[in-house]
Amino acid sequence: MRTLYFTQAIDDALAQAMADDPRIVVFGEDIPLLRRNLLVRFGPRRVRGTPISESAFLGTGVAAAMTGLRPVVEMYMVDFLGVCMDALLNHAAKVETFSGGKWNAPVVVRVPCGGGYGDGGQHEQSLWGWLAHIPGLTVLVPSTPADAGGLMLAALQHDGPVIFLEHKLLSQTWLEFLGSGARRTVQFDVPAKGAQGAVPQDWEPVPIGKAVLRRAGDDVTIVSVGVGVHRAIEAAEVLETEGILAGVLDLRTVSPLDKTAVREAVAQTGRLLVVDEDYEGFGLSGELSAVLLETGISCKYARVCTETTIPYARHLEDQILPNRERIYTSVRELMQ
Amino acid sequence: MTHELWSFYTFMLKSRLFEEAIANLWHDGLISGEMHLGIGEEGIIAGVVSNLREGDAMALDHRGTAALLMRGIDPVIILRELLGYPDGLCGGMGGHMHLFSKEHLAASSGIVGAEGPTANGFALSAQYLNPGAIAVAFFGDGAMNQGMLMESLNLASVWNLPVLFVCKDDGWAITTQSEKMTGGDLNERARGLGIPAVEVDGCDVSEVWEAAHPAIERARSGQGPAFLHARCVHLEGHFLGFQLLRIVRDPLREVPEIAAPLTHSLLRLGGAALRERLAGLKKVLETVLSTLRDSRRDSDIDPVRRARSTLLSEPTRLRELEEKIEQEISQVLASALAEVPS
Repeated sequence: MRTLYFTQAIDDALAQAMADDPRIVVFGEDIPLLRRNLLVRFGPRRVRGTPISESAFLGTGVAAAMTGLRPVVEMYMVDFLGVCMDALLNHAAKVETFSGGKWNAPVVVRVPCGGGYGDGGQHEQSLWGWLAHIPGLTVLVPSTPADAGGLMLAALQHDGPVIFLEHKLLSQTWLEFLGSGARRTVQFDVPAKGAQGAVPQDWEPVPIGKAVLRRAGDDVTIVSVGVGVHRAIEAAEVLETEGILAGVLDLRTVSPLDKTAVREAVAQTGRLLVVDEDYEGFGLSGELSAVLLETGISCKYARVCTETTIPYARHLEDQILPNRERIYTSVRELMQ
Repeated sequence: MTHELWSFYTFMLKSRLFEEAIANLWHDGLISGEMHLGIGEEGIIAGVVSNLREGDAMALDHRGTAALLMRGIDPVIILRELLGYPDGLCGGMGGHMHLFSKEHLAASSGIVGAEGPTANGFALSAQYLNPGAIAVAFFGDGAMNQGMLMESLNLASVWNLPVLFVCKDDGWAITTQSEKMTGGDLNERARGLGIPAVEVDGCDVSEVWEAAHPAIERARSGQGPAFLHARCVHLEGHFLGFQLLRIVRDPLREVPEIAAPLTHSLLRLGGAALRERLAGLKKVLETVLSTLRDSRRDSDIDPVRRARSTLLSEPTRLRELEEKIEQEISQVLASALAEVPS
């Protein structure tokens, strides 16, 4: 076992896959600098920069994936997918169906997401529910370095389009590039176990669509992804001192959703709290309630999500994004 | 032009001192996230904005503080917005990439190229509701490769919209040199869509004004859009704390952190042949070396200094003006920081 930072782990798994599979190419804006370590190992034919032309280079990645390459297309931020959504919504996600199952587009879209560093509402969104809403897209949201590397490997082996979301608060690299700019005068509430952790010497794929129970607890099940998993664990530790035992289920994959794991956990506890940094309405949190209702599981239910456009002011942002206090307050209410 | 130059210099110096104060607050940790300053592009902003009248609109990019200041928005409330205070320009909700003033018809966006459609929409409204008013779009050279901006140039052309498209070209698209990612010539691109294009030295405020003025008057009179291509230099790089400038300014701190994993990757088993690896290394080094040779390190391209050198012919007047502006900006800073909301 080695210890790596979150982004290092993704790059390391990607490098392992690139060494094994010459079809993998990486491109995106500023990639020669951002992925310089891949560039000097695999050369400029496989690691290349693009103009600020998201709809062109994402669409190019989708079609290149249809014709033999395994492109990893990098976007600066998930918010910017708004510029080029057509390539995912109307092309990558649909080619398999349109071709009668004969053709697919195994493109990996690697894209930073999430807030907590004061960049405002156009640069800190999560949007995994928005993406998972589209049939045909696989949406991954790792919360630890080990899962991040393992899921990147799984994404590269998957025969369809995968959106790989890299939470910026877990990424020392992105936080330094966008958040601190090497300042020592700013602090972020970074979950230590998500930012750095043990990873295998040789990467194995982490199965897509499999949740993992991060913490056992019989009183209530907290389901989350990404940074929310760590916030939930921290809240569960506080709740334990009050005698409330909260289990924490890390979905790891938003689509396909591990419905079995959710149903089994909630059937046991009878209480579900969804912690979702993505928007509250019409998203993951509502979907989880449907997953239970469809199989006749009744439970007490609450959710802690982002309800509005994310404010710029740091103290407001901290209140809007799911935080420990909101989580343990909601659990206490569920227990009454 | 010397008469106007005094007024341009006033605009530019205020903006420069204001943004230097912003930089200090950012370094002190009082401003969060990415902070993109207009330091170095004041000549372009002053030369264009000084042509605007009431009813004209501005579509701004993520680097909009200079334009808002020169348009007459209270600098105290801009600063309080950047500090995230509830009485800031946008109630602390927008932040520096998302600054809006309905009163001044000014809207910013952190989405590269979004200024094109926004300016077109402002101009379309003007055609119906306020003939004679115009819209300005400010964007960088990187944005010229964004589909929505290219589409907007075409739409403005065929709808004859009163828009001045201003490309503030510093040669860089974040850490990428634009010339390596841009096919053809930007002016020819605009001309190809039927829009007259003018190329100016953006570090010379008078030259910018001379080009912007007839283009704006032309648009006002219903003769359609124009494209102003103005070269400039962002003296603080893409944003504060910009990694490429850090490497150049503090190599002892930055280089070891970058060099160790780079060397490891270069030598690691598995991967490309040595020739390809060296080509990769060359690309990384080229980016850093072009920052070293970058005109950012050359103070002659500073539009504020350039204007000042002409105004030095009246040293007393210049000293009095500068003292007044310095005093004004320190008062702005004091007022903005006076009351910290609880």
